[in-house]
Amino acid sequence: MNTVKREQIDSLLKFAFKGAGLLTITLLGGIFFMLFANSILFFLNVPPLDFFTGSQWDPENHYSIFPLLVSTFWVALGSMLIAVPLGIFSAAYLSEMAPKKLQIVLKPIIEMLAAIPSVAIGFLGIVLVGPGLAQIFGIQNGLNALNGSILLAVMALPTIVTISEDAINAVPKSHREASLALGANKWETLFKVTIPAAFPGLIAAVMLGLGRALGETMTVLMATGNSAAIPKGFLDSVRTITATIAIEMGEVPYQTTHYYSLFAIAAILFLITLAVNFTGEFFANRLRKFHS
Amino acid sequence: MDGIKLRAENLNLYFGQKQILKNINIEFPKNQVTSLIGPSGCGKSTLLRSFNRMHDLSPDARIEGKLFLDELDLYGRKNSVTDIRKRIGMVFQKPNPLPKSIYENLSYALNIHNYPKQDIPNLIEAALRESFLWDEVKDEMKKPAVKLSGGQQQRLCIARTVVLRPEVILMDEPCSALDPISTKKIEELILKLKEDFTIVIVTHNMQQAQRISNKVAFMYLGELIEYDTSDTIFKHPNNELTQRYIGGYFG
Ligand SMILES: Nc1ncnc2c1ncn2[C@@H]1O[C@H](COP(=O)(O)OP(=O)(O)OP(=O)(O)O)[C@@H](O)[C@H]1O
Ligand SMILES: [Mg+2]
Repeated sequence: MNTVKREQIDSLLKFAFKGAGLLTITLLGGIFFMLFANSILFFLNVPPLDFFTGSQWDPENHYSIFPLLVSTFWVALGSMLIAVPLGIFSAAYLSEMAPKKLQIVLKPIIEMLAAIPSVAIGFLGIVLVGPGLAQIFGIQNGLNALNGSILLAVMALPTIVTISEDAINAVPKSHREASLALGANKWETLFKVTIPAAFPGLIAAVMLGLGRALGETMTVLMATGNSAAIPKGFLDSVRTITATIAIEMGEVPYQTTHYYSLFAIAAILFLITLAVNFTGEFFANRLRKFHS
Repeated sequence: MDGIKLRAENLNLYFGQKQILKNINIEFPKNQVTSLIGPSGCGKSTLLRSFNRMHDLSPDARIEGKLFLDELDLYGRKNSVTDIRKRIGMVFQKPNPLPKSIYENLSYALNIHNYPKQDIPNLIEAALRESFLWDEVKDEMKKPAVKLSGGQQQRLCIARTVVLRPEVILMDEPCSALDPISTKKIEELILKLKEDFTIVIVTHNMQQAQRISNKVAFMYLGELIEYDTSDTIFKHPNNELTQRYIGGYFG
């Protein structure tokens, strides 16, 4: 191959890669722009103060994100209360206690959980978890925040387990040896040395799991009942930001306040998820520095 | 068995199919420094680690024979491994302070064994003084231990072992990652520590073995070839292999 030809291929490839990169950035920028431009149009009609402090999401009359935020918060909080301890302990078990063979079997199974479509999980919520909750708590309808939390916990688990496991594995063996050689047993070593040393990574794991739970739509839409009142507890029906957008977007007349309002709540969710992800990344980076 | 602190009887050790230690019989005298020397891969670390049961962590390690601390059977069914490790401390080749503060590296060891809270600060100070580290760290006990120099970290690891008042301290090439000045400090420390502890140390440094040890064991390919006083081993060894190793002809 001669030099001219080689250089031609070289510049062609460069161009292709640059193009792909630019396209991605443009798309993201476009989404970002659309979200915020439409949000601004919304805030021209509804004062931000009402939007954040009101108590009702009742399109055409009241646009307050507050009940949706509270719903989103409850469902996400519940899912993390379940998924965080479960995920971190499974990860610790997998990397520290489980025999090699079991480890080899379990890891791909947990990772496979991530591949279950959210519709399928939502379906489970309607036919299995929801009715089960209704029976346990003696309530009429099991489509509530707790149902959503349980399902989201299942969906966030693969992320949390996988990243926590990496973090725990990355703790140098010499730390464990130091602890054991001092006469600590393996539990003391796990809880007082290994887990604290893996902590930044565990936070990253939790944040990425939380990001997943916050953004999930189909499952919560199917499983939480979608009543727009401010929920008082885990057994109340809730309506998250994501579910609200999914339900109303199909029916809302184009370019009305209601239409813009959905962009506004999407923008808020976007900011929240972004903050959560940045926090996760921040801690993940700290972990990398700590180990190199 | 007066004056014998630690001993192995007919010790064989296997990793999977491979035999690493071959019928080792050895006795370590109380309050003395014994050095284990021999070419790389001959099983020095493996022998050392069998005394505080660090091989419990490798599922493919198998041990035959008996090991004793005084008359305590180290692998006896009823004997707790955490107690044994408290009585037989270990210092590793690469300094391995825990990712905690200087103070916490020592208090961790004490808390694990439920020392009374009010005694802890004094015990820590005493151990740091004993390890010639106190003057260097007394004003920055909250500093992360990894911020110390390599030599200081190793002395911290020794202090962390000493603070539990073990009976035996095992050291696996404790100076190999250190500069000559830190090495000298640790050698002085070892000579002082032997008044209170029985010390078994692995080293590749012949001068060091000569400087600090009372007895020296030469190992080769998993066997104990010669075990005698430091003088005998270095001045007129009986075995030809020992002679050649000391003379620097292989290793
Ligand atoms: N966990 C293990 N699994 C399998 N084989 C091992 C393990 N640890 C050590 N070995 C093998 O046992 C033999 C002795 O190793 P050991 O670390 O005791 O040697 P050493 O005398 O300390 O050498 P060095 O001077 O290089 O530290 C080596 O052949 C090594 O490959
Ligand atoms: Mg070794």
